[in-house]
Amino acid sequence: MGHAYTPGLKVTKRAVVRKQRLLPIKGDVLVKKGDKVKPNDIVAKTELPGIVLPVNLANRLGVLPADVPSIVTIKEDQRVEAETTIATSKSFFGLFTNEYKTPIASTLESVSNITGQLILRGDPIPVEVRAYITGTVTEIFPEEGVMIEEVAAYIQGIFGIGGEVDGTLEVISETLDDVVDEHKIKPEHKGKILVAGSLVTGAALNKAVEYGVSGIITGGFEDQDLKAFLGYDIGVAITGTEEKGISLVVTEGFGQIKMAPRTFNLLKSHNGHLVSINGSTQIRAGVIRPEVIIPLGEELQADIPSAESEGAALKIGAYLRIIRRPNFGEIGVVTELPPDPTKLDSGTYARILKLKLNKNGEEVIVPRSNVEMIEE
Amino acid sequence: MSDENKKNLDINVIVATDCGSTTTKAILIQKIQDETGKWVYRQTFRGEAPTTVEAPFEDVTMGVLNAINELEDLSGLKILDDDNNIIRPAKGKIGTDVYISTSSAGGGLQMMVTGVVRNMSAESAERAALAAGAIVMDVISANDKRLAHEQIERIRQLRPDMMLLAGGIDGGTKSHVMEMTELVSAAAPQPRLGGLLPIIYAGNQDVVEAVKDKLGAKTDLSIVDNVRPTLDDENIAPARDKIHDLFMEHVMAQAPGYKKLMKMTDVPIMPTPGAVGLIMEEIAKRDGINVVGVDIGGATTDVFSVFDTKFNRTVSANLGMSYSISNVFAEAGLPNVMRWVPFNMNEKQLRNSIKNKMIRPTTIPQKLEDLVLEQAVAKEALRLSFVQHREFATELKGTQKKRTISDAFAQGGGDGSLINMMRLDMLVGSGGVLSHAPKRVQTALMLLDSFQPEGFTTLTVDSIFMMPQLGVLTEISPEAAVQVFERDCIIYLGESIAPVGHAKKKDDIIAEYKIEMPDGKIITEKLKYGSMKKYPLAVGEKAKLTITPNAKFDMGAGKGKSMTKEVSGGVVGLIIDGRGRPLNLPTEASERVRKLTEWMEELEIYPTKVFKDNKEV
Repeated sequence: MGHAYTPGLKVTKRAVVRKQRLLPIKGDVLVKKGDKVKPNDIVAKTELPGIVLPVNLANRLGVLPADVPSIVTIKEDQRVEAETTIATSKSFFGLFTNEYKTPIASTLESVSNITGQLILRGDPIPVEVRAYITGTVTEIFPEEGVMIEEVAAYIQGIFGIGGEVDGTLEVISETLDDVVDEHKIKPEHKGKILVAGSLVTGAALNKAVEYGVSGIITGGFEDQDLKAFLGYDIGVAITGTEEKGISLVVTEGFGQIKMAPRTFNLLKSHNGHLVSINGSTQIRAGVIRPEVIIPLGEELQADIPSAESEGAALKIGAYLRIIRRPNFGEIGVVTELPPDPTKLDSGTYARILKLKLNKNGEEVIVPRSNVEMIEE
Repeated sequence: MSDENKKNLDINVIVATDCGSTTTKAILIQKIQDETGKWVYRQTFRGEAPTTVEAPFEDVTMGVLNAINELEDLSGLKILDDDNNIIRPAKGKIGTDVYISTSSAGGGLQMMVTGVVRNMSAESAERAALAAGAIVMDVISANDKRLAHEQIERIRQLRPDMMLLAGGIDGGTKSHVMEMTELVSAAAPQPRLGGLLPIIYAGNQDVVEAVKDKLGAKTDLSIVDNVRPTLDDENIAPARDKIHDLFMEHVMAQAPGYKKLMKMTDVPIMPTPGAVGLIMEEIAKRDGINVVGVDIGGATTDVFSVFDTKFNRTVSANLGMSYSISNVFAEAGLPNVMRWVPFNMNEKQLRNSIKNKMIRPTTIPQKLEDLVLEQAVAKEALRLSFVQHREFATELKGTQKKRTISDAFAQGGGDGSLINMMRLDMLVGSGGVLSHAPKRVQTALMLLDSFQPEGFTTLTVDSIFMMPQLGVLTEISPEAAVQVFERDCIIYLGESIAPVGHAKKKDDIIAEYKIEMPDGKIITEKLKYGSMKKYPLAVGEKAKLTITPNAKFDMGAGKGKSMTKEVSGGVVGLIIDGRGRPLNLPTEASERVRKLTEWMEELEIYPTKVFKDNKEV
């Protein structure tokens, strides 16, 4: 059997974070191995093929498709500026001249004598890849991109929106229970990454966008607020391309759920530091979780564990979080791992474990698929 | 060895695997003697292991060998030699006669199709791709209202594994077909997994040379017969077979470890849903019945149907029980999901709990209320998938049809759908939420509420989802596939008996029925409108049922016409569904909850006392 439990989210005080920064298609790598980079440095660039514009010339100029090649005045692969006449035809015994001008600067890709269609291709579109994190270039993938590594504190969230941003970390909640409402968001938070406790309200998120806050990290978020904020309901958890002017990293889940103490304390200990966050989430095969990366400014060393290392095994004494009702969000220690399936309240038979809850020492039964490891 | 020779082999042991995106499942099928001494094929053992397509393993055969190792441990057979080669043929406790596999790992087969007219050639192309087991990412046609540059952008973005180009009947339009070909050529699509993009051309055969000129150099082009040679004919088999070949040669060959796996199997590896389609067709053909099957997964729901030997498959890409659960909500709407739930829940909490399932898809309901909610979502996912299927599984559009006066009055024929629930004989459910429901009667109710079978319908569920393996097995031994399907794969839930029609008042008597049970007992009852009844009748047992609906209701013979049928039992038994068709639930909340509770108590679905004690969950 594979893992009978959800592999946990990483909350690591010190690890080597490795980020592959790749171009969508081949291009030029601008840095070399050993270079130190900052989040906004451009490490690679390329040009995407321009937009393709099919033009039915036969219809436009009123000629037969078979005659189209003979009236086009430029050659295939020739580039012309916008508003260049590239085809002319005469009609009504040569009294009228019809012509076709290019709408954009473009290259002629092909001419068809069957459909009478031209294919024009616009100028290439430049694409640049940022470093995203502060670190050292450790590997070059020729024409494709680079690997950047840094020693950092690393936190994975469960869900997020918005892409890669960086800024100074500011913890604005006293405790991991705190709710951040709009009154706690101030103009001086512009460009920062804020940390909340159990919840950020929808009004607070809107206020944060208004003040130019770069990102927010929170324990929980209401789905109703998310729908209102985005203007649509998320059907499938594939995010990261929202352009709402802010990135959000939710560490625990939907609803008001206090942030795990380990996560909250780690963020608190880095208050005022520069961090990179990314809200991109993809919950499918090849899962992508949102993340918070806090550079520690240390040199890379072989003995520092990787942030991608395999998680610990499920065993008695392991530290777990419950990820479904009842007791959702509670943390506890495994006290027993009975091998046989047990009947749940829902009537389902499932393999379970016994967990002693941190909050009150109560021992509860939880299906193994409803817990996740809290990984170091 | 030719396929024909393989069919004639004396096969005693079969190993079959299905490489899913997370788990690789292996089953062992052996020829053994049944209780009467007859030699039959039975599925005897199964093993599973995590699929190893992705990093760090990147070799699908590791997972396959692990799953087969588990089979060896459980069965005591030795199937692999010391170098991990499959030992053939079977001799005593060593080796297997046949090894076959299906695969949906790595996201399955993702295709785009093009055609000239959306609901004619493009639809035929789509049907061919779906029948081959593909996920159709988009259908592009000359009349789909997008501008050409938008269509090109779409082809570029989606990066399909393969494309199928159709359009034009033979001797028909050339310019429109070439326009689409030029569009594809301009987009210069790059396949997901590298290499040249496999493109199948199955359109107007008069422009084959021009298509070759346009695409021959920059893509891996194959030409097959037109999927729509005339307006009145559809010919999807050549395109479907070509997709299977190319899936093997190009798509799978690029995926980690598949070259090795291809060498291990006796017949080509097939996309999982394509194989499920084959077993459905085989069952329908052998018994001469109409079948609807559904496989509801975490991300997608597949619906298959065979009506009058015509096969159709649809994939509802974003209707599923975990990754896509939130989308089921978005598409069905909150009231539609909640109408199946016999208690109140506040919307804020409900929304959060659905989203939490989406982000933690592997969790299972621990509380009964959560189970009820998940099953309610399942009913909507199934219903919506089936609506899509009905709309797709139609007679060919664009044909000239003679209609008689009786056609004009016929039920359900107006939309041209091939699906006629009154003529459906068997409904097969599979997928976690149906196969692993704590009680089988819950599965039966999910099928009843979502598909709303009419008249007499046999309800079944796939026990451990071995239909894919059995589908490939039909290529080698249809006999073995069918035997295992009936004895080990499906579980008979029972027979649904549902008169079609509506009464004016609740509790009106809508039919009278008589059941002659196998022990000689005779049950005579009147069926009240809006009621449900369940009678135990074990698997393998048969009873004779006579039902006489009133003048407003139809059991298949016409309104008010009596019908007598021998019905088969199952783990649930006979369910007489007097709720009428189409099924309308009471709109008033307290009445709806009262009716739901009544049905749930009659059928023993849930211990409803829990909900009564707890008004809002």
